[in-house]
Amino acid sequence: MAAKERRLILKYVDAPGYTPDIACYRKHGGYEVLKKGLTQGANAIRDEVKKSQLRGRGGAGFSTGMKWSFIDPAKVTKPIYLICNADESEPGTFKDRQIIHKDPHQLLEGMILSCFANGVKLAYLYIRCEFTTGWKILEKAIAEAKAAGFLGKNILNSGYDLEIHVHRGAGAYICGEETGLIESLEGKRAYPRIKPPYFPAVLGLYMCPTIVNNVETLCNVKHIVEMGGEAFAKIGRPNNTGTRILCVSGDVVRPGYYEFECGALTLGELLQDVCGGIRGGNRLKAVIPGGSSAKVLRAGEVYKFKRKAPDGTMVDQEMKLEDIPLDFDSLAAAGSMAGSGGIIVMDHKRDMVECLANIAGFYAHESCGQCTPCREGVLWMKKILARISEGHGRDADPELLKDVADKIAGRTICAFGEAAAWPVQSFLAKFKEEFNMRIRRNGTAAKNDVVSLIH
Amino acid sequence: MSTPLEAGTENCAGPEKGEIPSALAAKADEIVKQYPASQRSAVLPLLHLWQEQFGYIGPRGVEWIAQKLDLQEIQVLELVTFYPWFRQQPYGRFHFRVCRTLPCALGGAGKTFAALEKLLGVKGDPHHGALVSEDGKFSLEYAECLASCGTAPVILCNDDFHEKVDEARATELVAACK
Ligand SMILES: Cc1cc2nc3c(=O)[nH]c(=O)nc-3n(C[C@H](O)[C@H](O)[C@H](O)COP(=O)(O)O)c2cc1C
Ligand code: SF4
Ligand code: FES
Repeated sequence: MAAKERRLILKYVDAPGYTPDIACYRKHGGYEVLKKGLTQGANAIRDEVKKSQLRGRGGAGFSTGMKWSFIDPAKVTKPIYLICNADESEPGTFKDRQIIHKDPHQLLEGMILSCFANGVKLAYLYIRCEFTTGWKILEKAIAEAKAAGFLGKNILNSGYDLEIHVHRGAGAYICGEETGLIESLEGKRAYPRIKPPYFPAVLGLYMCPTIVNNVETLCNVKHIVEMGGEAFAKIGRPNNTGTRILCVSGDVVRPGYYEFECGALTLGELLQDVCGGIRGGNRLKAVIPGGSSAKVLRAGEVYKFKRKAPDGTMVDQEMKLEDIPLDFDSLAAAGSMAGSGGIIVMDHKRDMVECLANIAGFYAHESCGQCTPCREGVLWMKKILARISEGHGRDADPELLKDVADKIAGRTICAFGEAAAWPVQSFLAKFKEEFNMRIRRNGTAAKNDVVSLIH
Repeated sequence: MSTPLEAGTENCAGPEKGEIPSALAAKADEIVKQYPASQRSAVLPLLHLWQEQFGYIGPRGVEWIAQKLDLQEIQVLELVTFYPWFRQQPYGRFHFRVCRTLPCALGGAGKTFAALEKLLGVKGDPHHGALVSEDGKFSLEYAECLASCGTAPVILCNDDFHEKVDEARATELVAACK
């Protein structure tokens, strides 16, 4: 039987009677951690975050303590900015939405603590514009926090000043990429910047040092300050600490968001015990484990893991798909990634060509168009996949697709290139026979919902 | 249940002529203050403000925002053409966006979209921008993942978000558009 849910971030989300206003938040201990943090001091908070081994929940899983350590508030002369990335647009991901709508003050408390720790006086919360309700909730929450003295001038008589403003996106996925987000916040097209030299920590917003963190990451900071970094590091597994919100969608009986200790349960337990198995009595065919950019995993696959034996030597271990623990390192060892926590499930009746065509349609729509391999390549991939799906595939198409994908990854300004190429590369590698069969059966290809939506 | 757009309401003369409501200008000035380091950052919020007021962003909106922020008009227009949320023509009073990304597609977004095409009486190729009904009441377009994949298929009707929208639910929602 699977481990039980451990709701740290989602503790009050969906709790009966819990409302997003400040009175309710304070009744549940809200803003007490802020008081603690302000007395502890900025350096102490940074130390606790380092000790916690927290990794970013936005997609890349980068160490938050390390990200913060690139900026030394004592030495920097320019303003330091912090941006909360609430663009939540990686297909399959819907966790930040819950926090913003149902427990906005938790996010604000985490954000205020993070700003205080890093000497930030002005912060922005970049939210995708489709979250209209969420935007209004956040505006209200900020006004409430200000009125209560948790934001604005001289917060709780500590002498510390902070303003937070909400900034709405305008429907472009690439605004989730942190440097695209920064350009967008500067009032420009969201063209990601090339790194080096434009690392946000050095040349971020208005060419000043900038920290960009995901919503869930910033909420975690509150809990780290509350319980201490060491206690936080005991949750989950070494290097995969804390909890993780898993968003499950697709062909399962009970899709939804669940929060578990990192690595406390396996993919099989999640799908079977937590989500009630595959819908309609069907069998599992494929899982995309970390947002649509993550490489697909195929039912029945066995992976070779390296594990540390008790005597310290590294040994090879075989692991079935359903036995993979859901944490950063295990999913990486299986050749994919934990990414944004979005788990998309496909049953045995799904046509992999059409599913991939749909994913390719998304990336073709969302490329910002700056780099030729990405701008042209994603369109090619979509067109080739559409033609195979519709029964006009050519024998050489699978090879051509792979060739196009291989020529995008690693040749672009931002990681969108990889995000678009990985699904194509992995679907082709793992479901090659379906692509070939579809082409052999040209003219008779069934047209499903999933592909009629792209073009 | 579904909130109509403010477009064409009697308190303004429409986007391309007449006075710009003073409340709009005052709101714009408030917004600019949120960006002390660079007022250019206020372009997106001002575009939102204009589109919410008038339903779309025409030449007058571009000109007004450019003047307000001391920018070239192209620096505003290039955002209108880059960001999918902004539009240069009026859409219907009730604008529907259907998520078509994989989880919603697996959940039946294709059927929802087809049902809405019929219910709203719109025709054309949905892959090249929004479809608008002849009487201007309704419009329909695709959206990419709306971050609610667990309750697929999902749609937006203007600013209102709806989950698990199958054909029956779509019929109810359209009937509620008054
Ligand atoms: C194409 C692309 C899209 C992204 N979309 C998001 C997003 O919607 N939300 C998010 O938090 N991070 C997103 N990221 C990751 C951000 O660039 C950045 O790494 C993250 O916000 C850092 O926060 P964290 O360290 O707290 O994870 C995206 C990255 C790429 C390459
Ligand atoms: S990789 Fe694609 S999305 Fe990223 S900067 Fe280049 S063209 Fe834009
Ligand atoms: S795919 Fe439709 S909400 Fe994510």
